[in-house]
Amino acid sequence: MPSPSEVLDEAAVRRALARMAREIVERAGGADDVMLMGIRRRGDHLAALLKREIDQAENADVPLGVLDITLYRDDLGTVGTIPEVGETQIPSQGIEGRIVVLVDDVLYTGRTIRAALGELLDWGRPGRILLCVLVERDGRELPIQADVVGASIQAGPRERIEVRVPALDDRLGVDRIVVDGGSE
Amino acid sequence: MTSTVSSLGKDLVGLEGLTAEQIRSILDTAEPFKEISERRIKKVPVLRGKTIVNLFFEPSTRTRVSFEFAEKRLSADTVNISSSGSSVVKGETLVDTARNLEAMNIDMVVMRHGSSGSARFLAERIPSNVINAGDGRHEHPTQALLDLLTIRDHRGEIAGQKVCIVGDVLHSRVARSNIYGLVKLGAEVAVCGPRTLLPRGIEEMGVRVFDRVEAAIEWSDVLNILRLQLERMEGGYVPSLREYNHIWGVSSQRLAAVDRELLILHPGPMNRGVEIDSDVADGPHSVILQQVTNGVAVRMAVLYLLAGGTPDSAEAAKGGKEA
Amino acid sequence: MSDSPNVRPMVLRGGHVVDPANSVDGVRDVLLVDGRVASVAPTVDGVPEGAIEVDAAGMVVTPGLIDPHVHLREPGQEHKETIATGARAAAAGGFTAVIAMPNTDPPIDTPASVAYVLAAGRKAGAARVHTTGAISIGLKGERLAEIGEMVEAGAVGITDDGHPIMDSGLMRLAMEYSLNFDIPVADHPEDLGISAGGVMNEGLVSSRLGLRGKPNASEDIHVVRDLLVAEFTGAHIHLQHISTAFGVEMIRRAKDRGIRVTAEASPHHLLLTDAAVDGYRTEAKMNPPLRSESDRAAVEQGMIDGTLDVIATDHAPHHYDEKEQAFDDAPNGIVGLETSLGLVHTHFVRTGKISLTTMVERMSLAPARAFRLEGGTLDVGGPADVTVFDPGAEWTVDAAAFLSKASNTPFGGERLVGAPRLTIVGGRIVFDAR
Repeated sequence: MPSPSEVLDEAAVRRALARMAREIVERAGGADDVMLMGIRRRGDHLAALLKREIDQAENADVPLGVLDITLYRDDLGTVGTIPEVGETQIPSQGIEGRIVVLVDDVLYTGRTIRAALGELLDWGRPGRILLCVLVERDGRELPIQADVVGASIQAGPRERIEVRVPALDDRLGVDRIVVDGGSE
Repeated sequence: MTSTVSSLGKDLVGLEGLTAEQIRSILDTAEPFKEISERRIKKVPVLRGKTIVNLFFEPSTRTRVSFEFAEKRLSADTVNISSSGSSVVKGETLVDTARNLEAMNIDMVVMRHGSSGSARFLAERIPSNVINAGDGRHEHPTQALLDLLTIRDHRGEIAGQKVCIVGDVLHSRVARSNIYGLVKLGAEVAVCGPRTLLPRGIEEMGVRVFDRVEAAIEWSDVLNILRLQLERMEGGYVPSLREYNHIWGVSSQRLAAVDRELLILHPGPMNRGVEIDSDVADGPHSVILQQVTNGVAVRMAVLYLLAGGTPDSAEAAKGGKEA
Repeated sequence: MSDSPNVRPMVLRGGHVVDPANSVDGVRDVLLVDGRVASVAPTVDGVPEGAIEVDAAGMVVTPGLIDPHVHLREPGQEHKETIATGARAAAAGGFTAVIAMPNTDPPIDTPASVAYVLAAGRKAGAARVHTTGAISIGLKGERLAEIGEMVEAGAVGITDDGHPIMDSGLMRLAMEYSLNFDIPVADHPEDLGISAGGVMNEGLVSSRLGLRGKPNASEDIHVVRDLLVAEFTGAHIHLQHISTAFGVEMIRRAKDRGIRVTAEASPHHLLLTDAAVDGYRTEAKMNPPLRSESDRAAVEQGMIDGTLDVIATDHAPHHYDEKEQAFDDAPNGIVGLETSLGLVHTHFVRTGKISLTTMVERMSLAPARAFRLEGGTLDVGGPADVTVFDPGAEWTVDAAAFLSKASNTPFGGERLVGAPRLTIVGGRIVFDAR
């Protein structure tokens, strides 16, 4: 049985997001060329929160898009249920030459990011791509590292780290869930 | 790891065997696929490494091309086999064709065949996913799905829509699949055409019958106008194309008799001036080209959903054992 | 096979003898001597030295069953069946005689081909093989075949079965000509103009499956036509495999009018409807097609009350891969010889719908009379053709075990009660499952 415990509360997440927003702007040398692309289904909500931080701090209107990587996953037919296909939304400016900041909730195996990079490159040729995650944890299966990280959390193979966002979960926070005997 | 049983089962043989929920899931899945066809690179890797055979025993450029686009946009490897030049015409039986496909480890087969029941016949004999691209006068499920999607795009809901299928219902697999799909999703369905071209017992399928197209237009929200095959006139089902157009042809004049705006569908290819007049086909209420666009999206959705199945689930579907 | 005077005498002791022609329905001994019935009595005396003693207690002993409608496929389609395998399958099904249909390749439309079938039947040494001859040359429905010479060669009737005679004028000529030879004219009633291209019954199931249908009217039109022509010619019309309620009703009325008509019901039309086709099951594809439940019920009633005098299987063997095709492409017909007795006994005798006596009338006496065959009774002096079956034996239809070359049956796996145990032809045992 899962037993969730909160490892980051709302205040901690908000502090992390504020810091991440600053780091993004620093790395991008300003907000002008930045475009946020959130990865469905929680990265897009985090990207929206980051946009608010950046817009306020820089008096900007950073373009915000959503990537649905379902069709770029490498596990069709091996997971228990068929993933629902969502829509990808690319901001009207397009991604050509932009500094695209991929936003996701948890960086774990790296496979989601691999799929997202694949999809993003099908849409065009960004100037740079930065990876920004709220949480990174152990367990990478691909050589992928984040540029901007909210928090690093130690977690074993039988633990899941899950981010909660207000739009889907009625609160903001990060939970640790212990899964008894068995993989996902 | 759990293995997947596709939410549709192993095959898509027809809409008669699907639930309303399954039909809706295909239509919902088709929505995001529409957007892929608008991308700069109109391709996603989801079916990379899958082999699909398009097995066409009857010529059908548009259905085959639509499936082929759908397959290629999902990155599948495709092979086309059409009856001209294949062993089919040399007398190879369907069961031998099935065994050969099985021996080549094909993941999916899209089949068009002149005999009703042939898709099911193949599906029962090979572990690959089978998609019926039209079997005799039985079903053409993806055509009906794209019709449903097009109606839903314009009317929001299928339920409550009054849809009349006009023309040669007797020989039409499109009509049968549409009737099953529409009735399941809560539409009211009618057919209209010469009685020589309406199957007996059609009322028992939950359908009302109009003898005259004027009455059908008066009643309908949506007209799905079927192609009148020229062979039907040669077969004596109708006296002449001129008379057919005169009595059952859908013209702008007839449409103007009602103040509602009817949605005009046609599965193509059209016989302009026979079952449909050009000013209707090209008119403001015609969604015939959108049907073509939706056809690719719906077929992508079907391919995607069926691909969720593993060989285990295919075996289970074939042999009836638990996955 | 010819009746052999050299065959060993045989006595069947204590069986339940059912012989409607002689109003026998009780425990009797049956003595067979020199290929003939010598005596039927509570206890037969004067059993010759060396006679075979058969304990028939608990068994039903009847005049040999006769199937007047079988397709033996020889010559021309020996991959489906041969006269020998068909005759053995008949014996295994409890039949002592069958009547072959002439739609072989080439058709049985000459005295030579009639003689060929009869000779091959004798050689098989199983059930007796009779044959019909074609009405028209090449079954083409154009000109009369050499009917008189075929009758002289041994044909017991004429028919173009499977090839409906569309020219009513030709049917008139055939019926008139048949009067000279005292043979029945058997017809497969079907108006091809209405049934054109149909592969199953026309109705909701055909509409759902998208299969072309044959409406009842396609059969009824020719039933009525044949009855009308029989009435004014005075000929004997034998209507094959009646499948519709209207057809049964018309035959009933024709009999009331004194028209000389006999008619067949097949086990499948007695038991199945077009629902059996659902799923495109080619083993349920036959001609005439399986029809609606109300038609099936009318055929059953007609068989019970004798409007349909004869139960005939329309045994139609096909090679397995011929049925392993799309429904449109698969041939019509099912095998019936090895299931008929079990099906009729299970579904009609055991349910009390008909008596054993009626079963024997439909499956032995009436077919013999319709085609003027010896047999159908245990008359003393008549042929020693006897069927012995166990009315309590339970068995499961296993098509793979059929003696027929073919296994195309929709009844595979069905549990039946009543199984042939001994089939005796001309005093000789041709099938023994004791």
